[in-house]
Amino acid sequence: MIPLLEDYQLVVPRSLRGALDDLAQHPQARPFAGGTDLMVVLEAGHLPPGRYVSLQNCRELLGIERAREGVSIGALTTYSEIQRSPLLADNYPLLRLAALETGGIATQNRGTIGGNVANASPAADTPPVLLVYDAVLELVSASGTRRVPYVGFHRGYKKMDLQPGEIISRVLLPGVAGQGSRPAETVRASVGRAFRPGDPIRSYYRKVGTRRAQAISKVCFAGLLHVEAAAVQDVRIALGSVAPTVIRALATEDALRGQPLDATTIAAAERALLTEIAPIDDIRSNARYRGRVAANLLREFLS
Amino acid sequence: MKITTTINGQPTILDGHPMSRLLDAIRATGLTGTKEGCGEGECGACGVLLDGALVNSCLTPLAHAEGVAITTIEGVSSGEMLHEVQEAFLEYGGAQCGICTPGMVLAAVELLSRNPDPTEDDVRVALAGNLCRCTGYMRIFESVLEAAKKQ
Repeated sequence: MIPLLEDYQLVVPRSLRGALDDLAQHPQARPFAGGTDLMVVLEAGHLPPGRYVSLQNCRELLGIERAREGVSIGALTTYSEIQRSPLLADNYPLLRLAALETGGIATQNRGTIGGNVANASPAADTPPVLLVYDAVLELVSASGTRRVPYVGFHRGYKKMDLQPGEIISRVLLPGVAGQGSRPAETVRASVGRAFRPGDPIRSYYRKVGTRRAQAISKVCFAGLLHVEAAAVQDVRIALGSVAPTVIRALATEDALRGQPLDATTIAAAERALLTEIAPIDDIRSNARYRGRVAANLLREFLS
Repeated sequence: MKITTTINGQPTILDGHPMSRLLDAIRATGLTGTKEGCGEGECGACGVLLDGALVNSCLTPLAHAEGVAITTIEGVSSGEMLHEVQEAFLEYGGAQCGICTPGMVLAAVELLSRNPDPTEDDVRVALAGNLCRCTGYMRIFESVLEAAKKQ
């Protein structure tokens, strides 16, 4: 059922400046991009009435570019564009895998990475990958630009470090193996040392849903692992659908870092993981299944 | 709000609330080949091409159609000449009840425009967003693969 549309205003400013000015003048207005989730909520009758500002024509928010820190991805970049980018495929392979797993082609052609973050679903598919790559968000409003580590951006279920009138303009990924650049110290979010070019990194991404295509995840797991000289040099783990937000599994990482990758370490990591996730029963799955699957994914990642 | 667009090569003005569904605006022009299935982006029956890219028209606000070229199922054939994908659906039994067929055909046309020589796995991925309530998937996949061979 489509609700009465008189309660909604939708504007499509012609530029980023126009969009930011509109958002500054209407602090309650809500920005959106492809609309692939917004329209679902609208049709379900759950979209709050009010003013919506489409960022569709903000060309400043397009493009995947090399940056001093690594790569800069415009917030309007679609999942399809992520999949087609050799720069991302070569340096951040997990992002391509996550984009392939997000909805069907029609959704991938319209849904954007900025929208995936700002929609703040704990079940979103690309955010766990952004967490393991130590992403930094560039936020812009009519009064200026700031950068924040993505790891602290989600403050609770659908709560974000985002001011009224402020939007995500770009997603910045610091350099990873194979790329010569280094993360900018001022915005570095990482715990542990950075991965260095040439490090043998194991990348892992797996989304578990009801079926392979289209489904919303029951559990989603992203990991990067560097084992050398018989010990875990560094590790990054993030999960979706097991807490009110996507989470970086810092306690699990701590249980692994510096340890030999043996049965004792893996058991300790599994215990740590089960203490720091908080899965729930809901329409897609239940807490017990999610906990078991999260632990199984950790074991698959480490073995 | 009036939206200036092109549908199947014809300049067209669509009128409606900017947040209304492109799906409804297209059907209101008489082009009823675009179907509504689920109305929430799960089934692909409302698929159309926007500037050549497959989208679900039920999830596209009308305002996002401004200045774009829309291709609906009615624009896939050239007059009486069916597209290879349509011919193959006929020949290999890719269509049963028909409600998913427009979306399936458009998803296949988009796939072949990106990838003229797909594997069966490529076809399965490209059509993963399209549901067939008759569950005739194998013949649909076969039809798309045969269409690719004939192109």
